[in-house]
Amino acid sequence: MLFWERFVDNLPYFLEVLIPAAGMTVRIAAGAFVLAIVVGLVLALLQTIRIGLVTLVVRSYIELIRGTPVLAQLFILYFGLTEVGIRFTPIQAAILGLGLNGGAYLAEVFRAGIESIHAGQMEAALTVGMTPLTAMRYVILPQALRVVVPPTTNYSIALLKDTAIVSAVAAPEIMFKARNLVMETYLSAQIYLLVAIMYLVMSLILAFISRRLERRLGESGTTGQAGAA
Amino acid sequence: MSEMLAVYQKHLGEWLPQLIDAAGNTLRMTALAFVLAFVVGLLLALAKLSPIAPLRLFASGYIEVMRGIPSLAILFLIYFGLADFGLVFDAFPAAVIGFGLNGAAYMAEIFRAGILSIHSGQTEAALTVGMTPLAAMRWVVLPQALRVVLPPLANFGIALLKDTSVASIISAPELMLRARDLASSSFRPMEVFLLAAAIYLVMSLPVSFLTRRLEARFSRGQAHV
Amino acid sequence: MNGETAEPLLRVVDLYKNFGATEVLKGVDLEVKPGETITIIGPSGSGKTTLLRCINYLERPTSGHVFIEDRLVGEAWDGKSYRHIGDRELAKERTEMGMVFQRFNLWPHLTALGNVTLGPIRVLKKPAAEARAEGQALLEKVGLGHKAHEYPERLSGGQQQRVAIARALAMQPKLLLFDEPTSALDPELIGEVLNVMRALALEGRTMLVVTHEMRFAQDVADRVIFMDHGVIVEEGPPAQLFANPTHNRTREFLRQVVER
Repeated sequence: MLFWERFVDNLPYFLEVLIPAAGMTVRIAAGAFVLAIVVGLVLALLQTIRIGLVTLVVRSYIELIRGTPVLAQLFILYFGLTEVGIRFTPIQAAILGLGLNGGAYLAEVFRAGIESIHAGQMEAALTVGMTPLTAMRYVILPQALRVVVPPTTNYSIALLKDTAIVSAVAAPEIMFKARNLVMETYLSAQIYLLVAIMYLVMSLILAFISRRLERRLGESGTTGQAGAA
Repeated sequence: MSEMLAVYQKHLGEWLPQLIDAAGNTLRMTALAFVLAFVVGLLLALAKLSPIAPLRLFASGYIEVMRGIPSLAILFLIYFGLADFGLVFDAFPAAVIGFGLNGAAYMAEIFRAGILSIHSGQTEAALTVGMTPLAAMRWVVLPQALRVVLPPLANFGIALLKDTSVASIISAPELMLRARDLASSSFRPMEVFLLAAAIYLVMSLPVSFLTRRLEARFSRGQAHV
Repeated sequence: MNGETAEPLLRVVDLYKNFGATEVLKGVDLEVKPGETITIIGPSGSGKTTLLRCINYLERPTSGHVFIEDRLVGEAWDGKSYRHIGDRELAKERTEMGMVFQRFNLWPHLTALGNVTLGPIRVLKKPAAEARAEGQALLEKVGLGHKAHEYPERLSGGQQQRVAIARALAMQPKLLLFDEPTSALDPELIGEVLNVMRALALEGRTMLVVTHEMRFAQDVADRVIFMDHGVIVEEGPPAQLFANPTHNRTREFLRQVVER
């Protein structure tokens, strides 16, 4: 078949361009993931202190982010902010956009994780003289960690795939480089097939690492059930 | 801030009708892709639960592969890639097919979880009154599973609505594409994209509000829908 | 030990607690002297548990005050009015009162020893080795030295509750609060927990025990308090209260409990 012959012939050249681009994809995803975890954790903890105004601001942020497309958020960061003189590079905008977006999602995940821990756990910590913050650190969060790891790793896979859209602000990752390759060679079917395979491989590797991590967390110690009989 | 208001004062009358018109396309794209994902997803779920090994294998493979690839890559494959083989789609149908086939993989997992959440005693009871396994699935399990999957289906719908914005990258006519056009013609990207985001929010918030009410009701125990 | 002249360790003054429109405590006054063991009995919903939770400020009273050794708990008097104190001060005051919960509330991510030592290490800032040695000794004391490195889910209910008692003791509290410590246990496991509590009472610990175990209330308590509908109906030495209750409600309650 001609298609496959051409595909095999062109493969080295495609890979030469796309593998470094995949590295950039991973770097953008990793940067956004770290940012999302920090933002998500801060937002989740801010909601536990139960101050009306703080909760209102945090909830609004989460609802606004979750109710609008990440692509729109990306465009506002990259194109919109130039109006007020703030200019990000494509990579900065990509990490910031995906990270702030993911922060809203992870905030919900973390909040659910914290709330899943029985109230008696916090009370027992308070009765031995811990402050709520100390109790959060040594009693609640270690237990919540177990609950939030599966949704967080799932999010990381979704995030890896979402990086494809930052090609729209010309961040030099796989999708962007692939589009340039197509413009250069017109071999769109071959290139996009290869791109799909590359994403699949990266996703599968990430999923494999995630499963390993979840299993290790599942084995150490006990289940996340509260001490109720 | 006041400058922004001035921009809206000047342009809102021109932008809003265009964006609302395009939002209609976004809703159409979402609805069509949702239906496609629903049908293919249900078939995949049934295939994955069927006793026939090749069916199970196919369904599992399809789901794994689709879930590992960005929807944008799938859109590109369908819109640009298939053209190499003489299969030429307009951007809009390409987007519907892409989102539908991609979403089917997620939908399948939702359905499968819903079906598995129904206690096996339900099927057994149906078998004891003489139903075939397929009839038991149709008349006993699926009606109950449908209630369980309603909230995740709605959440999927909301995610899909927002994801359709990605179709603007293959120039499919929908809200985000119109916004990009207006942004570049007016040199006012901030105001245009904020307006577009607000329209997405208006479309998604009612659904997500209802979904959360529904979820709260379900989690309080047996609800009557 | 509990001479008539001793200053009260705990003083509860005119305590009220509402949950929304529901009045759960309607003016409770109570004094506990050092070394006293007091059991609180009464029908469910009578406010016993809420009283304990107000004493260590897990619930903030609607009005009224709690004193430990004449120092206010959970509030401060600034010369004109009372104000609620911050988390840090409250935490410090809570170290003086240990609490044992009905449902144990052991921390499942820590071993038995980890549960006992977390407070001493993180709150009292004891060196880990010292805390572990003391924790091990406390676990021996409740008969669980050999279970120090087990996680709570591997322990029976009775064992979990004994770990919870050791956890409370590790903070060297002046007062121990027990909230129906045997109510969540299978009948055959109740005895081991009551035995530990009995030993603590004999040591002269100051204990306030909400319980449905009438025999324990009768045998171990210096004083028994009967609560109903958010007030203390009657109190007295167990012999008197169980044999000759003065109030109809007490008599009625005791009759129902005995019949059960």
